[in-house]
Amino acid sequence: MKVVLDGLTKIFPPRTGKGDGVTAVKDFTFVVPDGTLVALLGPSGCGKSTMLNMICGLEKPTKGTISFGNDDVTELPSELRGVGMVFQNYALYPHMTVYDNIIFPLGNLKGKDKLTKEQMKERADKVASLVQIEQLMARKPRELSGGQQQRVAIARALVKTPRLLLMDEPLSNLDARLRLQTREEIRRIQRETGVTTIFVTHDQEEAMSISDIIVVMKDGELHQSGKPQEVYDDPKNLFVAKFLGTPAINVFSGKVENEMLSIGNDKVLEVKGVRDGDVVVGIRPEGFVFDNEGSFHCALDRIEVMGRDISIVSRNEACEAPVVRSIVESGDRPEFGSDMVSFRLKPNKVHLFEPETGERIPFGKIKVKY
Amino acid sequence: MIEKNNIKAWLYLLPALAFMLLFLVYPLVDVFIYSVEEGYNFVSQRSSGLGLYNFSYVLHDTYFLQAVKNTFIMVIITVPISTGFALLIALALNSIRKLRELFQTIYFLPYVTNTLAVGLVFMVLFKKTAYSDGLVNLLITFFGGESVDFIDGPYWAKMFVMCFYIIWVVLPFKVLLLTSALASVDKMYYNAAKVDGTGSFRVFVRITLPMISPTIFYLVITGFIGAFKEYSDAVALFGTDLNAAGMNTIVGYVYDMLYGDSGGYPSFASAAAIVLFVIVLTITCINLLVSKEHVYYA
Repeated sequence: MKVVLDGLTKIFPPRTGKGDGVTAVKDFTFVVPDGTLVALLGPSGCGKSTMLNMICGLEKPTKGTISFGNDDVTELPSELRGVGMVFQNYALYPHMTVYDNIIFPLGNLKGKDKLTKEQMKERADKVASLVQIEQLMARKPRELSGGQQQRVAIARALVKTPRLLLMDEPLSNLDARLRLQTREEIRRIQRETGVTTIFVTHDQEEAMSISDIIVVMKDGELHQSGKPQEVYDDPKNLFVAKFLGTPAINVFSGKVENEMLSIGNDKVLEVKGVRDGDVVVGIRPEGFVFDNEGSFHCALDRIEVMGRDISIVSRNEACEAPVVRSIVESGDRPEFGSDMVSFRLKPNKVHLFEPETGERIPFGKIKVKY
Repeated sequence: MIEKNNIKAWLYLLPALAFMLLFLVYPLVDVFIYSVEEGYNFVSQRSSGLGLYNFSYVLHDTYFLQAVKNTFIMVIITVPISTGFALLIALALNSIRKLRELFQTIYFLPYVTNTLAVGLVFMVLFKKTAYSDGLVNLLITFFGGESVDFIDGPYWAKMFVMCFYIIWVVLPFKVLLLTSALASVDKMYYNAAKVDGTGSFRVFVRITLPMISPTIFYLVITGFIGAFKEYSDAVALFGTDLNAAGMNTIVGYVYDMLYGDSGGYPSFASAAAIVLFVIVLTITCINLLVSKEHVYYA
């Protein structure tokens, strides 16, 4: 089932009763295609949890509509929407066993949907085996690890075969190793069930690694959406470019003269079709090629060996951050001698932005589609 | 070294221990001793021997049996009603936004009001005097009923006023505790239940009640104990001669045996106190057993 969000706006009334209130989500329009895993990605406070609460019906939008398939559910109360939700802290009922937690949503079914105890058990066993918690059914939530609680929460959300699965920061309470494992698990469960899933996260790596589509939000507005690789390669603006990727993109202040980009005194790249003037330059860490003949010079700070690649940490006065981080393959066994390092730049890893608006300035042959 | 530390530890504990021994343990032991000393004379401080005569006397005393009956009726009526009422009020307080503080304060007022002052107000409400039948009787006659003497009249009328009074006095504390217990239930559970389409009754029974069950349990236990120790409220309503009013309680009986007009019998008083102790202990044990199954501790 696809989910259509049309012009969603949420304004929280001001606490004191005066003023304009806080706009948590602004004119948000997006279509979640059927059966996909979509990540709502953004820094904390960007309105992504509010979005989720509006979709599941815990919050009412100030403006705009929400449709599940062809049904407008904007006015439909939460309990009738048939969505499954995994809360950030799981919200497992602490006084019930895992089994009772899982069948709790089934107990709400009425009339012809009412299930017998055997049917409930069957359904519970099915989801339990899907999330691999069969052996934990008799335990209480507090006797489970964070990862296990997470699985129980997912099982409880899935047991009523929801039309839509929502997850609020599903991995934020897990440790690093478990996070990696669980995100694979979420991907697998989503594939197996085929349920349209929206999850909220502030971790771009998490979002990019498992989702079909990422939606980057900031200050309640949709900045860019698309397949993770597309958004990464073609950021629409400086915020999106900075938000995606680890290590983060390196940002420099630069200048364009006669279609030639210069950073500091170095003429670094030919940029066809860009007007003269000041620009903000973003260079992905993997956009640097270590080359003694290269035209971009930085003061070498240190080398960090990571096995597969080498991270070169250097300094450049034009850089926004104190250090420039570049990643080169270790296979080349580059030799670092002097205090300076020189780079060539890969044109498709360099992005130009307007200094005022942060909007992307396209150049060269790269096709930019938003 | 360890030995030395032990001595030090006892030394530090001494003030607390001394007070506990003097004011808790000694009286407790003394009550037991009094209760088995037969024919104890207050003046000579001598008894004729040990035995269970005091218990037999007390258990055959009609005043005591009346007191036990009264106390049990009060307990059975007031504990469930006051707890249930308090829960209803707390739920209502929890669900309103406007004027919540005001209502909370109003409901808490009886708690900080003097028992005897409250008794006076109840007199105005219920007592028949030469000048007035009392406010409640005015209402009853207004609606066509027959006026009842609540203070010196039939037993059930007196018991009604008594229970009414007790419930009114114990309610605020229970409301206070239950309101805070309700407020401390994490909202995410309610959100989770809502998204799953849970009806409000099921939410209350399956989520709210278990979550606040420790508080309810605490209130039931202390409610039972408090109601079994009922005395001052009865005095406030019916005066000091509770036996004559037929409204005596077990603690009232103990007091009368010690200091009342028929007083001067510490042995009988002690025996009655021990009987009360056994009753309360039994009830509390039953409560604890029941709670094991129904109370959830986080």
